[in-house]
Amino acid sequence: MKILIVEDEKDMLQNMQDTLIKENYLIETASDLNSAIAKVGVYDYDCILLDINLPDGSGMEILNFLRKNEKTEGVIIVSARNSLDDRLLGLNTGADDYLAKPFHMAELNARVKALLRRKKFAGSEVLKIANLCIDVENYISKTEHGEMELNRKEFDILTYLATNQNRLVSKSALAEHVWGDHIDQADNFEFIYSQIKNLRKKLKEIKAEVEIKAVYGIGYKLSLT
Amino acid sequence: MKLLNYTSKYFAWLLFFILTGWAVILYFQMLDEIYDSMDDGLENQKMLVIRNTKKQDSIQTRTDFGDGYYILNSISEKSALGFKDSYRDTLMYMQNEKDYEPVRLLESVFKRENQYYKLKLITSMVEEDDLIEDLLFSIIWLYLGLILSILILNNLILKKVWNPFYKLIDNLKNFKIEKDSEIELENSKIDEFNTLNENIEGLISKSVKSYRSQKQFIENASHELQTPIAISINKLELLLEDDSLEEAQAVRIVSVIENLERLSRFNQSLLLLSKIENKQFPGVKEVNSNMLTKNIVDNFEDLLNHKNVEVQIKNIHDLNFSVNPDLAQILLTNLIKNAIIHNSNSGLIEINIDSNSWQISNPGKRNLDQENLFTRFQKVKDNSHSSGLGLAISLAIADLYQIQLSYNYEEKHIFKLDFPPSR
Repeated sequence: MKILIVEDEKDMLQNMQDTLIKENYLIETASDLNSAIAKVGVYDYDCILLDINLPDGSGMEILNFLRKNEKTEGVIIVSARNSLDDRLLGLNTGADDYLAKPFHMAELNARVKALLRRKKFAGSEVLKIANLCIDVENYISKTEHGEMELNRKEFDILTYLATNQNRLVSKSALAEHVWGDHIDQADNFEFIYSQIKNLRKKLKEIKAEVEIKAVYGIGYKLSLT
Repeated sequence: MKLLNYTSKYFAWLLFFILTGWAVILYFQMLDEIYDSMDDGLENQKMLVIRNTKKQDSIQTRTDFGDGYYILNSISEKSALGFKDSYRDTLMYMQNEKDYEPVRLLESVFKRENQYYKLKLITSMVEEDDLIEDLLFSIIWLYLGLILSILILNNLILKKVWNPFYKLIDNLKNFKIEKDSEIELENSKIDEFNTLNENIEGLISKSVKSYRSQKQFIENASHELQTPIAISINKLELLLEDDSLEEAQAVRIVSVIENLERLSRFNQSLLLLSKIENKQFPGVKEVNSNMLTKNIVDNFEDLLNHKNVEVQIKNIHDLNFSVNPDLAQILLTNLIKNAIIHNSNSGLIEINIDSNSWQISNPGKRNLDQENLFTRFQKVKDNSHSSGLGLAISLAIADLYQIQLSYNYEEKHIFKLDFPPSR
């Protein structure tokens, strides 16, 4: 999988590169509009992470360029401008997703994976970890021993942890992804724990060979047993 | 006290003293003049009486006034010597008034054929009490007349003269620095008012400028802060994925992340606040608050279960209003979250929705400081996670749509939104 990151902020670029390299993607980078357009013109990418505010122009031009040249790269806009207008404009111009800064690395990873899944497998790909199969599109999670009855939130937690397999997912990243921005740091996210407890019980019932580990009380990690 | 009444009050007191003083002086002057002319009359009569007695051969004494106006007695030489004409006031019984009335009396002594005579002449006198009464009444009428004319003059002329001043006050009352409202100043014929207007114009434009630059500064600062915060959080997250980390180190890193996240949220709240105040949320839609409230409460379901708090929504009526949907969501979310987080002892949260009001209440021990409740950075002691901006944001949104946000304490905290009638 080949990913192009277009971002003028060097440290931001480095962060995104570091986190995506761990997932064994091939990463290329561009830090301004011209070099980005040059790269997009020559190579094909599976996914482009695009900052809107670039020193020599707006990232929207890359979207226009892709559309004119009938390229089908998946584009995730990464912008500090978290306004609805920007979001709508970006999505209408052909972007597939919009990620507002600041974001969690786990969230970036989940968004990229979801995009690649939609692009490559038309959404029908099933996440497989050991004997656990998660059909994201149809809200089904099962092993050979049976299917889990999960509510929406439990399913979201499981999917999120599964896409970030073997990575530490902090409670705040998890809460923000599953419950939304507004939940803030209400009560230190203690309410997450009861959902995790249910999820663990249900995973055990179907003898899934994965476990959700609590890491120092700061977050969770899904790994093989 | 109004300016017009204030000056009128001074005029009234001033006139009162001037008129009283003037009345006293007038009274004594008049009295003096009356006595003077009466005494002249008595003197004249004395001379007439003496001349008459000279015409007669013998003097007939008169012991009482009877039908006349004088008494004539013969007196001894001893008592006559050294006697001088004297005028004095005395009382005499008057037939017509059937009462004792004051009279003016002249006593004089003259000599005829070695015999001394004493002459007493009277003339009826002005009644002082009547005079004072008359004078008092005319003064009161004059006083009232003057006050009335001053009031009328004040209202007609002064009001016209001070008109630019009152207009200015009205304008200043309606001026709100955060609302970008302009102040209109009229030119006046009076120099002082023009100077006042110019100075106020200058002051206002200065304040507006500094207000705007301050706002701009906050916006820019928040915006520029966002990227470095994001980078730092991400770097720490990557560091956290390092398996060689020990627990103590990881816990410290997480604590740094949490604080940076707080900073970031705080920053976003500030940005949101300035965006609301800058009216950067144009899209307006009809929002059904009953549905919206239910959705928000559903979103908080897990937190509510965890805190063992129950929320009761009472839909008395449908409440629809035209707002930016994002802002409506933020407004109600903030108020509901506020009630959940500051709830004491698993209390019941009640939400009442009527056709033009939305009210949320939760049990609480003490009255909150109403004055500072909606100001920025109002911190609640027991919650270090709150940015202190939530209610300020709610208030800014409410203000934007002329919705009245109020707080009341009746054994429980009550936050109420009153919607304007014409929606």
